[in-house]
Amino acid sequence: MAETSRDTILQSLRAARLESVELPELDPSWSQFADPKARFAQVLESVGGRCLSATDLPDANRQLAQLPEFQQARLIGSTVAGVDRVNFDVMGVSDPHELEPLDFFVAPGQFAVAENGAVWVSDAQVPHRALWFIVQHLALIVPADQIVHNLHQAYQRLRFDHAEFGLLIAGPSKTADIEQSLVIGAHGPRSLTVILL
Amino acid sequence: MNATSCNHAKEADRFTADQPRVQWHDQALWFVRAKRDTAAHAVEEWEQLRETASQIKRHTLARLPEYLEQFEENALRLGAQVHWARDADEHNRIVLRILQQHGVHKLVKSKSMLTEECHLNPFLEQHGVEVVDTDLGERIVQLRSQPPSHIVLPAIHIKKEEVGQLFHQCLGTEPGATDPKYLTEAARGHLREKFLEAQAGLSGVNFAVAETGGVIVCTNEGNADLGTSLPRLHIACVGIEKIVPRAADLAVFLRLLARSATGQPITSYTSHFHGPISGGELHIVLVDNGRSRIRADRQFWESLKCIRCGACLNTCPVYRRSGGYSYQHTIPGPIGSVLGPLKDAKKNYSLPYACSLCGSCTDICPVKVPLHHQLLTWRGEIVRRGLLPWRKWLEMKAVSWVLRNRRRYQWSGKLARWAVRWMPRWMLYNRLNDWGKSRELPEFPRKSFRELYRNRNGRNQ
Repeated sequence: MAETSRDTILQSLRAARLESVELPELDPSWSQFADPKARFAQVLESVGGRCLSATDLPDANRQLAQLPEFQQARLIGSTVAGVDRVNFDVMGVSDPHELEPLDFFVAPGQFAVAENGAVWVSDAQVPHRALWFIVQHLALIVPADQIVHNLHQAYQRLRFDHAEFGLLIAGPSKTADIEQSLVIGAHGPRSLTVILL
Repeated sequence: MNATSCNHAKEADRFTADQPRVQWHDQALWFVRAKRDTAAHAVEEWEQLRETASQIKRHTLARLPEYLEQFEENALRLGAQVHWARDADEHNRIVLRILQQHGVHKLVKSKSMLTEECHLNPFLEQHGVEVVDTDLGERIVQLRSQPPSHIVLPAIHIKKEEVGQLFHQCLGTEPGATDPKYLTEAARGHLREKFLEAQAGLSGVNFAVAETGGVIVCTNEGNADLGTSLPRLHIACVGIEKIVPRAADLAVFLRLLARSATGQPITSYTSHFHGPISGGELHIVLVDNGRSRIRADRQFWESLKCIRCGACLNTCPVYRRSGGYSYQHTIPGPIGSVLGPLKDAKKNYSLPYACSLCGSCTDICPVKVPLHHQLLTWRGEIVRRGLLPWRKWLEMKAVSWVLRNRRRYQWSGKLARWAVRWMPRWMLYNRLNDWGKSRELPEFPRKSFRELYRNRNGRNQ
């Protein structure tokens, strides 16, 4: 049944020839910024996120400790070694549903995109992909020298040659579905903090 | 005209009866349009991006069978399962079969205009599957048993007071509550339960990448993502036109998509699914449902370039003032008015006329679909196929008969100048004068331009 439909669709597509054009070249030098770090911070703040700079991990810990969301969090998990106050072992969880009570989660981000305030993360950094969405508050620690100017450069860095879930996160979960009023915290994290280290 | 056809103007009457709401709707969408402008103007190479995106789509559609095969091969290699559906019915049956094989009776779903087009929800519900739309706007319209009225902002036509009342009835919120923050929080609690109970997640797809076999889903709420990361079963429904050749092409489309849709630099979440969740299954359903026919259509194939950003709806003066439901088609607005007649020209004959040919949709479209040109082309097609109602047909014929001949034209002008001055109101403003329904005729001059010009020349000589 499925085989037949596949053939039918492909045959009907092949029956109609369209004039082809060359696949255009993409220019990685589009949208460059004099100070990518400042631009990233500015765009992230504009989409409801928070951007901090830390000199080292102890400094990052000090800054985390000052965040109201971190102070109020009861259950904290992390896949970054050396984060203070971690009391929830996300690695020991076998069923992602058990992650629901988690208040705060700290994870590494691979790189940031200055143009749109996004950070690339993937399954490689977490035991469950649900962690990115189920936690109440999310913090990403990103190496400060890993900021690309734009998405074209981002995709030059990414390889999709094996089964993996990856995503760009740009700000907290949000919605404006009721009368276009922006509300932060739709289904996923109510806050996003990016710490450039 | 028959019972199965939809008359946009008549349907719009229901919406326009409430003028304050029309103004509110108009302004809400114009606000989104203005945000789009700010975002687009901030990107120096915006026009280059649009042209590039258009070329990529053009290239991909030309080689669509090859790219679909490449996509399938790579998706299979990553461990996904790929299904092909010729039409809506087959799509629905495939989804149901997968759900039944896994004993699923609770499904969470993220936004997918494709499944709206296929009427998947009622089909699954008939077969005992509880379907919960998890995008807040979609959940609101689902609880009201309505379809989305906009492809990106499904509940744009609903006021917060109405949401408050709905949530009071369905979710037990405080009576009279209207604060969007409070109402969203209530929906968050309600939907989180649904996410945790769900045995499968179904999502639409924004882009499918041929060279990698991955599917990309964009949301702000994170609902598609949460809904597919808790259950072990993910079904992704994809229209065959969603293919892009390379992962690098995503950069072009992602830069255009959210900026065009809502003026954001990118959506909060852009999830790249390559293969299934560990220990689970990913089923990708590739759906034709008329797309191969549109692709073969020399006049309208470019409508398949559409990436469903909704910008043409937000900018359209007719959509903003008539609301999504007046189109009586899954996809409203300018792009819906092109696609509607492609699906059923007889039923949707009036949609290409729900347009002033202002061209704003064409100017704003991030992938350069020549929307208003296609709408004009459709009008010709509607007439050629004899689908125009007799009265409109007669009017067109009469106007054409008058304008074709100089004397008839001059004579009719004279008659009009006389008639508008002397005819009683009831003879001018009645059922036959559609134009005068909500407008006053202008004051007619005593003399035509031609007469004035002749007099002026006489004086000068």
